[in-house]
Amino acid sequence: MSLNANALVDEAGSTDPIGDGPQVSTGRGRLVLKRFLRNRAATIGLVIVVLMFLSAFVGPDIDQWKYTDIDFENFQTPPSGAHWFGTTQTGQDMFALCMRGLQKSLIIGLVGGVLTTAFAALVGACAGYYGRWADRILSWFIDLFLVLPSFLMLSILSPWFRGKTWMILIPLLAAFAWMITARIVRAQAMSLKNREFVSAARFMGVPGWRIILRHILPNIASLLIIDAVLNVAATILGEVNLSFFGFGVQAPDVSLGTLIDTGQQDIGSYQWLLVFPMACLVVLLLAVNMIGDGLRDALDPNAQGAKSKVRRPKAERRDSTPVLTEPVTVEVD
Amino acid sequence: MSQSSESFPLQSQNGRAVSLNDTPALEVADLEISFPSEAGVVSAVRGVNYQLRRGEVLGIVGESGSGKSVTAMAVLGLLPETAQVTGSVRLGGRELLNLGDKEMSKIRGRELAMVFQDPLSALTPVFTIGSQIIEALQVHQDISKADARKRAVELLDLVGIPDPQRRVDNFPHEFSGGMRQRAMIAQAIANDPAVIIADEPTTALDVTIQAQILDVLKTAKDVTGAAIVMITHDLGVVAGFADRVMVMYAGRPVETGVVEDIYYEPRMPYTIGLLGSIPRLDDTERKALTPIDGNPPNLSALPVGCPFQARCPIVVDVCRQVEPVLERAGSDVHHSACHRAGELVTGSLPVDEVYPVPEIPEARAARIPRDQRPAVLEITNLHKHFPLTRGALAKRKVGEVRAVDGIDLEIRAGETVGLVGESGCGKTTTLMQLLELVSPEQGKIVVLGKDTANLHQNERRELRRDLQVVFQDPMASLDPRMPVGAILAEPLRSFGRKKAEVFARVTELLKLVGLEPEHANRFPAEFSGGQRQRIGIARALALEPKVVILDEPVSALDVSIQAGVLNLLEELKAKLDLSYLFVAHDLSVVRHTSDRVAVMYLGRIVEVGDVAQIFDAPSHPYTQALLSAIPVPDPRKERERARILLEGDLPSPTNIPSGCRFRNRCPKFQTLAEGDQARCIGEDPSLHGLDEPGHEAACHFAGALSVV
Repeated sequence: MSLNANALVDEAGSTDPIGDGPQVSTGRGRLVLKRFLRNRAATIGLVIVVLMFLSAFVGPDIDQWKYTDIDFENFQTPPSGAHWFGTTQTGQDMFALCMRGLQKSLIIGLVGGVLTTAFAALVGACAGYYGRWADRILSWFIDLFLVLPSFLMLSILSPWFRGKTWMILIPLLAAFAWMITARIVRAQAMSLKNREFVSAARFMGVPGWRIILRHILPNIASLLIIDAVLNVAATILGEVNLSFFGFGVQAPDVSLGTLIDTGQQDIGSYQWLLVFPMACLVVLLLAVNMIGDGLRDALDPNAQGAKSKVRRPKAERRDSTPVLTEPVTVEVD
Repeated sequence: MSQSSESFPLQSQNGRAVSLNDTPALEVADLEISFPSEAGVVSAVRGVNYQLRRGEVLGIVGESGSGKSVTAMAVLGLLPETAQVTGSVRLGGRELLNLGDKEMSKIRGRELAMVFQDPLSALTPVFTIGSQIIEALQVHQDISKADARKRAVELLDLVGIPDPQRRVDNFPHEFSGGMRQRAMIAQAIANDPAVIIADEPTTALDVTIQAQILDVLKTAKDVTGAAIVMITHDLGVVAGFADRVMVMYAGRPVETGVVEDIYYEPRMPYTIGLLGSIPRLDDTERKALTPIDGNPPNLSALPVGCPFQARCPIVVDVCRQVEPVLERAGSDVHHSACHRAGELVTGSLPVDEVYPVPEIPEARAARIPRDQRPAVLEITNLHKHFPLTRGALAKRKVGEVRAVDGIDLEIRAGETVGLVGESGCGKTTTLMQLLELVSPEQGKIVVLGKDTANLHQNERRELRRDLQVVFQDPMASLDPRMPVGAILAEPLRSFGRKKAEVFARVTELLKLVGLEPEHANRFPAEFSGGQRQRIGIARALALEPKVVILDEPVSALDVSIQAGVLNLLEELKAKLDLSYLFVAHDLSVVRHTSDRVAVMYLGRIVEVGDVAQIFDAPSHPYTQALLSAIPVPDPRKERERARILLEGDLPSPTNIPSGCRFRNRCPKFQTLAEGDQARCIGEDPSLHGLDEPGHEAACHFAGALSVV
């Protein structure tokens, strides 16, 4: 997805022009950032994800143990100064394993989520913009993939990709996750198609593929960005699910899913084997979802949460809920 | 600021005597409203004062953003909670601003009623019209359901809804726009309110419907004796309706007075500019309009001094330092907020010389007689029918929408042809047929000598260069996510121009339409409406077209900005030898811009002729009604004019009447003898020549009538 937030401008960023020349308004990118940072949960989410990235990729270098190392003096020891997260039955360092798993989750999540959304955007936009037979064929594919039981399909395919690189999981997970987004994009593209600026481009002789890339997709960019973030969480969870049941990442490599699988067998006596990978997963998903919520509020000009507020003394506040059936439109421009 | 609240003449326009002694129905004093926003605090209203007696009509005029609607919302207590309101609003002596929502709910709808701009969103779609009026009655009065229903039927009858007994059980979507607005008015007057606030009640409606609604509002005022606050941007609408006018600018009243004072002796440059910038239906000679340059100030960062200083042609140093207050200018009740009002009153600064009149060059082609110029666009017998289908699996055709039903139109080089009609008459469908450049269902379209039926893919793309379009809404027609430079470059790139060439052309285009080359890096949202429309025009001109289709190019703009865009179009036409097809519903604009006019009704052209022929001697009854419905910004003239009110709404194009398609709304039809009526019912009139050459009308009994 080559959509950058600076290229997005909508009503949220508009200010009144003044004098003869247009006034410099707060740039779209900065405005979104401002609104995003105003949301405390989203900021915390962002900080957590950045920290997890750092610890997943830098952490293993600081830790003296690699995930393949075996400490013959410590089998199933609880967390300590030498082994921050404790060790496993075979003496592997739990912290190193968790970070290894986290690396995988982060890469699969990010690449998979973006890939899912990009594919969905392309299919949906083509179906919606071209209409007629293109729409019929593409919609048929969307419906087909929607009715396929994705988990079952992936577990059936599992023997085929066993032994190959775990990267293969990314396109496979994406292949079963794009349909809903594609449907939403299709509907959006259909309504955008009737907007005047698209007609204007058409009457100027701009070819269809260019209209899709230059007009349709950038105009649903906010939707796509939010969707991509939520797809990141979904893809991470998908991989963990597969690995948990033994269809995803295979030993000797580890992922959060396989760690949780082995950890849950000893939950009674060796809690740290389950608690740490589980905590990594839960915190990561929570943080990603918090970012998604924050982005949605920041990109949606009508979201209440992100608007600037002025505090007023309580006594002055009038309750002004409209009782008439009309929506209140206020002209402040 | 209390000067404006002095007493006003005792006689209101309809002759109703207004007593001086009773407390004013509505009194607004020192009202100030501000909103927090991303860009800082927006001072939407900065001190509004007015008093309104029963039976009086106050017109509040201003551009969008002048604070006129926010004032009304504050009176109704409908502002969002973030708004900060100070000052006082008294209804019959009772302060409203400190009331809670519960108390306000008892007042709203009973003593204070509102008519909104958009009647579709103002009525709940899931309840019948009747139940909504009954609800309004029962909330405020102890009345039985049966009685309330009876009253609802009476009210609907009063506002002119035909067959109210049956219509009372209809849902809002079964009503047309005009009828919904009538129902809104019925609901507003249901509890006999003391004050009705009408916020742009006719803006969303067609002119013939607008005339009907204004008529209904007058009836409503006479029946209830209520005071009306009429908020509008259209100086014509208030001219014939209001007793007093308040002109607002940047959140403040800048001129107040009785309607005659404002229109005949304006004492504030903004008012003068507004009056000079509207094209008038009664202008016989064509002269350039005087636009007000620039844009309204940013309400979150107002300049020191007069807010109008940046746009004012007679600005002096004191205007940049001190904000003028409303002061007496001329008569007792006429107040103006201008440092130079005194000079305007004494005449040492003549009112007509405040604004310089721009020079518009004459088109070269206009010197050659029309018959000798080549035709650039010919439409012959164009049809476009949309099938109506029913059934999910096997789609059966149950009827058809005859959107365009046989149109002939010709545009010669260098001329502007105005295509006029109400919404739903098939204007847009005709345009789309033209712009698609494909073979029409029936009929023929010839662009610059090329028949669109025999074009190949490549020829069609080539022809697109010569036929370009400017859309109505500049915000919708410019991609909000692209900088202006990229928008203008798009047509050039799609025809494979080189990068350096594209850049040079974009700069040239921006200069051509009066913008700065640096503006290329900005996004459309950073421009005002007028500037955006200039960008739209620049884009249409990028490929050096010969014919430009203008689809309501100024109807989405504020009046003061409209004039600048109209002048620009005129200038470009002369400079670049363009021909225009100017589609509009506003006949005053068409009179100002066009050489020839075609009037469309239900998919047909009913009258066509030179601009003078159509406006001075309209011969089709529909043209006459259309012209008479348009308000003129001249109170005396407006009061004397006889309106031809059309009955009902435009029939559905699925069910076109037999014979003459206008006969069921035709005022002339009702005056005809039975034999003549039979002819209208049985025989479909075709366009036929009238006395003067080039003037044609599709009416069996066409006869000229002066209505302007």
